[in-house]
Amino acid sequence: MNDLIKVEGLRTHFFTDEGVVKAVDGVEFSIPMGKTVCVVGESGSGKSMTGRSILNMIPYPGRVLEGAVHWRPNGAAPIDLLSLDPKGRAIRAIRGKDIALISQEPMAALSPVHTIGNQMVETIRMHLGLSKSEARQRAVEMLDKVGIPRPADRLDSYAFELSGGMRQRVCIALAVACEPKLLIADEPTTALDVTTQANILDLFRQLRDDMGVSILFITHDLGVVAEIADEVVVMYLGQVVEQGPVRQIFHDPLHPYTRALLGSVPRLSRNRKERLATIHGMVPSPFERPSGCLFHPRCDVAESGLCDRVMPALTRTPTGRAVRCVKAEASHE
Amino acid sequence: MLTYILRRILFMVPITLAISLVTFIIIQLPPGDFVTALSAQMSENNEQIDPATLEALRQRYGFDQPMIVQYWKWITNIVLYGDFGQSFEWNRPVSDLIWERLGLTLVVSFATLIFVWVLAFPIGIYSAVRQYSWGDYIATFFGFIGLAVPNFLLALVLMYFTSRYMGANVGGLFSADYVNADWSWGRIVDLMNHLWVPVIVLGTGGTAALIRVMRANLLDELQKPYVEMARARGLSETWLLLKYPVRVALNPFISTLGWILPTLVSGAVVTAIVLSLPTSGPLLLNALFAQDMYLAGSFILLLSILTLIGTLISDLLLAWLDPRIRYD
Ligand SMILES: Nc1ncnc2c1ncn2[C@@H]1O[C@H](COP(=O)(O)OP(=O)(O)OP(=O)(O)O)[C@@H](O)[C@H]1O
Ligand code: SF4
Ligand SMILES: [Mg+2]
Repeated sequence: MNDLIKVEGLRTHFFTDEGVVKAVDGVEFSIPMGKTVCVVGESGSGKSMTGRSILNMIPYPGRVLEGAVHWRPNGAAPIDLLSLDPKGRAIRAIRGKDIALISQEPMAALSPVHTIGNQMVETIRMHLGLSKSEARQRAVEMLDKVGIPRPADRLDSYAFELSGGMRQRVCIALAVACEPKLLIADEPTTALDVTTQANILDLFRQLRDDMGVSILFITHDLGVVAEIADEVVVMYLGQVVEQGPVRQIFHDPLHPYTRALLGSVPRLSRNRKERLATIHGMVPSPFERPSGCLFHPRCDVAESGLCDRVMPALTRTPTGRAVRCVKAEASHE
Repeated sequence: MLTYILRRILFMVPITLAISLVTFIIIQLPPGDFVTALSAQMSENNEQIDPATLEALRQRYGFDQPMIVQYWKWITNIVLYGDFGQSFEWNRPVSDLIWERLGLTLVVSFATLIFVWVLAFPIGIYSAVRQYSWGDYIATFFGFIGLAVPNFLLALVLMYFTSRYMGANVGGLFSADYVNADWSWGRIVDLMNHLWVPVIVLGTGGTAALIRVMRANLLDELQKPYVEMARARGLSETWLLLKYPVRVALNPFISTLGWILPTLVSGAVVTAIVLSLPTSGPLLLNALFAQDMYLAGSFILLLSILTLIGTLISDLLLAWLDPRIRYD
């Protein structure tokens, strides 16, 4: 398979004073070359930390306990990014060059006291070894590419002089400046208004088509997923509960959680009088993880004696999908 | 940036004026003027003074005229001739008395500032980056001791140890040979040999405070997304730390420029007396006790102006460091 990256058995925990937070606890998926994989899930489901784990960049007091991130950018033998020293040269040469991160908060992702050009030129020179003027030239091209008007002038601006949408464009320009093979976009549109959201999504699609970049797109907005995903990974409490091609996830969701998520999306075609379904119950606290299937307290079809005892395994179906539910397993066998 | 600087400097003019006015009112508050005080003092010592001389002095300072005229004479004498009036306690022109004191005050302040920066900067960074490590706990421990121990006690302890174990006489800023000598290389070396005791005494509290501030600020900054994004761009830990969060957390360091002088002047009087430092604090205190009003007034005026300049420099540096201020 021409997978760019393959995440296996990932477990990333936070050892806090209050106890262990199992932020990521059994995540596996792969990202094919040039495709967009969306990770969806409610707040706290471990989406961001999955992305950070790929970059081997887990903040204290977190630690990757298990798992591998096989990185295979050019068909050669894969490297396990998690086996590299998180502060070492090898992973730093990959960060920002081959794998770039775009953050949830465009407002705070840029230095408040350095110009945009300063940060772009720094990154470009470090990874591409260009001269200062060549790097500036490239930075201008990149700002132009992401649709920033008068890019040469903007290079000497500070982040606080730009609007939220413009800042996110700058962050995207910064991320793609060294032609990465993988973009990790962590809720890049959440903080933006609807019109800007749509523009930024267009920009992502354009970059994917122009540069052939693979994208790991983290979001909790299923509307965004429908627009941009090739593949979807659904997460719940640090685990992958379902994974599959976007059409099948939307038309034939296998996991009760996925169904519940889809049921909570408003649709125009729906009968006005029909109530909008919401997922009942709340996401449990990270310190009170349910026994058995993590979703059973909120599951409509949970079977007592089974679901509260047995943790279902993530099972692959012959059609290239995966699901973590005892019932779905049964129905597909 | 240029308009910002000009605006700030222009802004200083009315403030300086206001300060000089307030100072003048303060020195005029006690009844009588210094000519009456002078003649009273003279006759107390059974000395004769020529009434013409007294009259000339009255004329010169305009004592028989309204307050505003007197103020005008006082301030123009200062601005045009550098004449700060007469100290009747010392019976010498104020300007003879204050310059060396002020100079030494500045030397001590500046040395203390350097001491505080050089210590607080690395320790503050270390404490934040290695939060809750042994080093952090040790720095915190000594920091609280530094904050809690009063300066005069620290001064006494230091003096005791240096005279006991190093056989040195650590009082003052000069040894006996150099006290009244003219400036020479030897005198500078002598000053350096004495300077470290007051610098440690005066700087310890500030260092401890600044370490806490630096630690807290940097801990805040380290959580910010721009630090993580710098890491995600592949920068090395040391480089990204110094370039981004430390740079942003630096502001309180610059602000010390503005507050170090007033603290040294007002808070350091006790220390200066214990260490018998020839700085301005003790002389100012004396002048206030003795109602030596031109001397006291000149000190208050000049120290206020120096503080103003310190604040101006720190504000300009802040604006230069932080574009958010500059573009306001
Ligand atoms: N620095 C940290 N210290 C302790 N716990 C953390 C830390 N960072 C994340 N966590 C915990 O890890 C879990 C997963 O966090 P993560 O940020 O990956 O969630 P997310 O799916 O991205 O949520 P959101 O949609 O809110 O961004 C959460 O329960 C969170 O509380
Ligand atoms: S395993 Fe049971 S509780 Fe979990 S999702 Fe499937 S049916 Fe629901
Ligand atoms: Mg997140």
